[in-house]
Amino acid sequence: MPAVSFQHVSKTFGSGSREVQALADVSFDIEPGEFFGLLGPNGAGKTTLISVLAGLARATSGTVLVHGHDVVADYAAARRSLGVVPQELVFDPFFSVRETLRIQGGYFGMRADAKANDAWIDELLTHLGLTDKADANMRQLSGGMKRRVLVAQALVHRPPVIVLDEPTAGVDVELRQTLWQFIARLNKEGHTVLLTTHYLEEAEALCGRIAMLKNGRVVALDRTSALLAGTASTMLRFKTDDPVPAAVARRARITGRTVQVSAHDAAEVETTLATLRAGAVKVEDLEIGRADLEDVFLEIMASAPSTPTATS
Amino acid sequence: MSATAVSLKGTATLFRKEVLRFWKVSVQTVAAPVLTAVLYLLIFGHVLEGHVKVFDQVPYTSFLIPGLVMMSVLQNAFANTSSSLIQSKITGNLVFLLVTPLSHWAWFVAYVGASVVRGVAVGAGVFVVTWWFAPSGFAQPLWIAIFGLMGAALMGTLGLIAGLWAEKFDQIAAFQNFIVMPMTFLSGVFYSVHSLPDFWRSVSHLNPFFYMIDGFRHGFFGVSDVSPWLSLGVVGTSLALLCMLCLQLLRSGYKLRH
Repeated sequence: MPAVSFQHVSKTFGSGSREVQALADVSFDIEPGEFFGLLGPNGAGKTTLISVLAGLARATSGTVLVHGHDVVADYAAARRSLGVVPQELVFDPFFSVRETLRIQGGYFGMRADAKANDAWIDELLTHLGLTDKADANMRQLSGGMKRRVLVAQALVHRPPVIVLDEPTAGVDVELRQTLWQFIARLNKEGHTVLLTTHYLEEAEALCGRIAMLKNGRVVALDRTSALLAGTASTMLRFKTDDPVPAAVARRARITGRTVQVSAHDAAEVETTLATLRAGAVKVEDLEIGRADLEDVFLEIMASAPSTPTATS
Repeated sequence: MSATAVSLKGTATLFRKEVLRFWKVSVQTVAAPVLTAVLYLLIFGHVLEGHVKVFDQVPYTSFLIPGLVMMSVLQNAFANTSSSLIQSKITGNLVFLLVTPLSHWAWFVAYVGASVVRGVAVGAGVFVVTWWFAPSGFAQPLWIAIFGLMGAALMGTLGLIAGLWAEKFDQIAAFQNFIVMPMTFLSGVFYSVHSLPDFWRSVSHLNPFFYMIDGFRHGFFGVSDVSPWLSLGVVGTSLALLCMLCLQLLRSGYKLRH
């Protein structure tokens, strides 16, 4: 049985001329123990899909199951299996870190006074570097610490499925590494992880399988390795002060002096270099390397059809 | 742990959290309303003692105390649910509750239960402080308990409805200042409705707050403007209707879930 199953999920907001289709017939499964990435540009529908999964929004049509439990008809069982780390940095200013975790655990049936539960909270605090702040009021914490408390809140009831909605947005490098090591450890211990992120290098490093959304539709769904192998696998990177010929510029990402051009095979590499020579482009720091997930993502997004999101 | 046990524990946790929330700022939520009520007693008692006719052989200051107690109960029960929910919605931390397996019944019982605790706590504080000014007995204490608890539950439920509906602090303030406060002030807290002209007495009888306060006061003196059984019927019906509305709003996810 899949850990999470999205079955023909659609979601529209508004009505009439203001109707917006945020999700359109999204279907895919996440198997138990997977580390699954959900990628897409802003407005693609990632957070909407997670909101439907977590019960924060209701799908217009379709079904979502968590370990076989419908998130609407059997919401209690579904939500007991989920731990959700929201995107926004929110907290309750009335309580300390430990109180916050005890309360969150209590909502899922954990007894605040049970030694085993407190021991688990202590373990969470240790792994997330929050032991010193256990009795501090949430208002007193830095942004990074609040982010760690969000992760702890999602894990306190030991859910089999963990959902992280851009958990490292605005987080420094050191904290990002800490969080990922911790989440990767949980995944190795058997937790299913669903992650949305804009940091594609993290998705490439951590996710075994990825779905890409564009305008509410799934435009790619495959193992990360297959996605990397299936699209343009080679990347030319160079710097130049000269204008890049149109034939090359069409396929390139140009950031200042840096140009990145994808190529499917050696022949395409040679053709590209020949075009640059013919255009008398002075090339510096030429590198020929493997395409990464960011390259794959941009290629897929560029080739995927753009479906209007506003219905007329 | 069974699903029922999880649900009960979750409800108890939310109830405890809502009680802790107001208790942690008890100077603002309990002590301040007690002081306000004492000031009303001092000012109105001083100005109107001997000038306003109320029940026979009941001094005005004694008459005023139950009204002030009940007014404090009602206003603070409303404030607890409405302020808690609107704060959670606007700051965004309501998400921690929305992702839990708590049912709409759990939400209702916990939020309204905590509002009753706050209302009763403030009411008890007002009574303890004001009793020294005009000690009186309890003619029929069961009515005091019935109307105190039902009134707090009714206002807690109304506060929950207001908190669900409102999208800004301003809207809650408007609810409080333009609906709750006028209705409590014009419900016979400071006067007996028998002293009003016929028309205004009839208007007062359309105010459900009047019945809560009148029934509550009956518990102290054994006399009231209307029969406590009539008051019980009106308050009970109002409470039942508001509960049904509130539960339906919670069940549908009105303004909670997109």
